[in-house]
Amino acid sequence: MALVEQVLDGDRLALARLLTLVENDDPQGLATLDALYPHTGNAHIIGLTGGTGTGKSTLVNQLARYVRQQGIPGNGGAARQIRIAVVAVDPTSPFSGGAILGDRIRMRDLAGDPNVFIRSMATRGALGGLALRTRPVVQTLDAAGYDWVLVETVGAGQSEVEVARTAHTTIVVDAPGLGDEVQAIKAGILETADVLVLNKADLPGADRAATALRTSLRLGPSDSEAGNGGWQVPILMTVATEGNGIAEVVEAISRHRTHLQASGEWVQRVRLRVERELRELLAQTLLASLLDRQPEGAFAEIVNQVEERKLSPRAAVAQLTQQARA
Amino acid sequence: MSQSKGRIIIAKPGLDGHDRGAKVIARALRDAGFEVIYTGLRQTPEMVAEAALQEDADAIGLSILSGAHMALVPRVLEILVEQGQAGLPVLLGGIIPDDDVPTLKAQGIFAVFGPGTNTSEILKAFASAVASRRAAS
Repeated sequence: MALVEQVLDGDRLALARLLTLVENDDPQGLATLDALYPHTGNAHIIGLTGGTGTGKSTLVNQLARYVRQQGIPGNGGAARQIRIAVVAVDPTSPFSGGAILGDRIRMRDLAGDPNVFIRSMATRGALGGLALRTRPVVQTLDAAGYDWVLVETVGAGQSEVEVARTAHTTIVVDAPGLGDEVQAIKAGILETADVLVLNKADLPGADRAATALRTSLRLGPSDSEAGNGGWQVPILMTVATEGNGIAEVVEAISRHRTHLQASGEWVQRVRLRVERELRELLAQTLLASLLDRQPEGAFAEIVNQVEERKLSPRAAVAQLTQQARA
Repeated sequence: MSQSKGRIIIAKPGLDGHDRGAKVIARALRDAGFEVIYTGLRQTPEMVAEAALQEDADAIGLSILSGAHMALVPRVLEILVEQGQAGLPVLLGGIIPDDDVPTLKAQGIFAVFGPGTNTSEILKAFASAVASRRAAS
């Protein structure tokens, strides 16, 4: 399995190949990822989510550029090279299955840096803001030795919370003029924020938007009730196109990591994620093996019966699982 | 999840600022089911090759209207070889004089499209570029 050594060795071409194999559920790719698994768990996975046009890609560009130049505060500063991977997700067309992945347009400052690796992904039908195989792709980049993996979701609305289940630190990006105060207290992505960024803070209405976000956070349970170990979600103002406020966001990300580790929440979050991943994989595998064991055409026949209202979906499932047990 | 129909880089190397043609092609490729990585204006040959590497592209489409294709194209091909991506199909569209086409093909360009080329012909060329790339790897 030469691919494993090549990737651990820092071979970018091999890494790019492997990411494709992993994204396509190719058996060779998945076997390679299995072999790489012991090398995962070192990266700080940082999710960026928020509405369309709030400036996520531009912010990713600036965060990565800043960290490449200045390092991370309290982590050796500029002296220690931080290697950065970016996974940028854009939507697949539900009609053609094609996609235009345009996040690189805003990340041109990162070109030519061998310690930055940018990969675009199409959602391929997944809802929730990430692509179908974002998690194994992030794992692969983690194993390849990237210190930071920045995961940028599709332009997300209110319920695309999947990234919070993948990342250690979730940044929700908002911009002025996108909605009133009620938008800010609805359930959804705002609740997943570890860091809130109000980008385009030079636009009119920025102060009001910041106040709405602040009020909305304050309406929630106090930090001790929320069970987040005393983390106060910072609200930071940025103008990503100018690079304003970037240092503060990097500082907040780094502080959040320290907090997670000191409070024991890092271990807790990782454990939850591993458990969820196992459950999902188990569900997929059991489903595949159950369907595999059905006699030819039996499943289609049950679908017919449900469609003709002769059988309820729950009764159909009971029948299928009973057959499997017999 | 099986593989996509093809991952294609659409790039505009050089300094001209007209990307309408590139966008039309990107859109047509999307509608034909390809995943298009659109890198935008004013790319250097290095940036194009790097994007192709990181994205594990099946083909590159270059749009050049500035007349600088005889300088930019060989450079892109050269860097691809340096990176170990020799044989990655590169397709070129734009204002390309007929006289230049044989030279470009000899350098290894997969296909050249001038103004007025039928979109379906371009889509066919990309499909066969992806097929040849996948057969080779």
